[in-house]
Amino acid sequence: MSNQQEMITISIWRGKEDGDLESFKVPLVDNQTILDLLTNIQRDVDPSLSYRFACRVGMCGSCAMRVNGKPRWTCRTLVSKVVTNNVLRLEPLSNLPVVKDLVVDMAPFFDKWQKGKGRFEAKNSGVKEFAPIKPDNKMRQLADESIECINCGICYSACDVVETNPNYLGPAALNRAWSLMNDERDGSRVDRLIAISGDDGCQNCHTNSQCVARCPLQLNPTASIAGLKKLVAMATLKGEL
Amino acid sequence: MSNRLEIKLWLAHRLTGMALGLFVIIHLITIMIVIQGGLSAAEIMERTSSNFIVAIFYGLFVVAAAVHSAIGLRTVAQEVLKWNGTCLNVVILTFFSFLCVVGMAAIIGLVL
Amino acid sequence: MKRNHDKKEYWASFVQRWSGVVLALFLPAHFLILSLALQGAEVLDSFLHWTDLPMVKFAEAGLVGLLAVHFMGGIRILVIEFFRWAEWQGHLITIAGCSAVACGSLFLLRAF
Repeated sequence: MSNQQEMITISIWRGKEDGDLESFKVPLVDNQTILDLLTNIQRDVDPSLSYRFACRVGMCGSCAMRVNGKPRWTCRTLVSKVVTNNVLRLEPLSNLPVVKDLVVDMAPFFDKWQKGKGRFEAKNSGVKEFAPIKPDNKMRQLADESIECINCGICYSACDVVETNPNYLGPAALNRAWSLMNDERDGSRVDRLIAISGDDGCQNCHTNSQCVARCPLQLNPTASIAGLKKLVAMATLKGEL
Repeated sequence: MSNRLEIKLWLAHRLTGMALGLFVIIHLITIMIVIQGGLSAAEIMERTSSNFIVAIFYGLFVVAAAVHSAIGLRTVAQEVLKWNGTCLNVVILTFFSFLCVVGMAAIIGLVL
Repeated sequence: MKRNHDKKEYWASFVQRWSGVVLALFLPAHFLILSLALQGAEVLDSFLHWTDLPMVKFAEAGLVGLLAVHFMGGIRILVIEFFRWAEWQGHLITIAGCSAVACGSLFLLRAF
């Protein structure tokens, strides 16, 4: 069966930060995701290619990487949608140390999560009753808007401020801090506000909103960070911080 | 404590920004009315001499503009030029002081 | 090289930053010229004659334009940060406001 398939050139980052792009010529297949393509290359062409994935259905965020310069989930990106002039470029997420090829070290990302107190701390020990928080509760709704983050790192990679200020906590850590600030059960409100308003804190956000542009779950870290800024401003003016 | 400095500067930047928003509208409207039919020093000084409303308004305006522009330039210097530390703060404080001094000189010259 | 900068908000921040830098660098000159009033009306006048030159009027209009842009961008930021509006609403403000202020400025400065 004659199957005239269009060939595309895919450039893939190999090595660490001081590595380089390596080209592969592959057929353009309809309905193929970039993750499918990477798997084909690793199985059939070059077994030494390293890349991450897990669920392959857009739920875990493990497959995040830069596609033609923009951070995306490869399992949810069709090759045909992003290939331009028969060329496709794959690089590891930016703003994070490269382990090998398309794999980055996510540790700094999670370190900042902790630094921004992105964890729940109960008000009292030995809580005996459920906290009654109704669905139409305003704070609950604010928390709901930001709670779906699965820590894929795309927003962190897209952020211009993270690029110029490597210490900046970043959109994901701050977004999580915001969702926790809206959890009425949380007991570390003041500590968290202090944690996210240090030198590397929320005031560094310039509302460039590349995080909003790229988040696959359509979250809005700019809005979350704006919420944090307002909380910090009010608390500072009242002398609480 | 230095780790509260950045957030305080940010807040000062936003608050002076709000103030300047108001001052700038007043300033631009005033200037546009005043420069109709030409601009001469004598005309300006006639309007501003011994006018303490001018002195107070522009005094506040100068300080707000000095704070806002100094902090703004500081952020640009940090992110674009990668300056930091005492050296940066000294340069910015110098800029701020210069603006305050020259601005006040202008107000004194026009009002007194 | 630079990556995903096709989003409007990046350019909004870019314009905000660099219009701010230009205005900040203009301020010392503005205050210095006005402080010539300290030396008397005639000294200030001799400098103000320069403002009759078309090129200077053009530069003045440019500065007012930059100020208008920076002002509206500032309103956008304050609205996003203190009223938590969505990005697209912020844009409407900037566009509408910029046009209004630009028209007003041009008319009043009698540029056309």
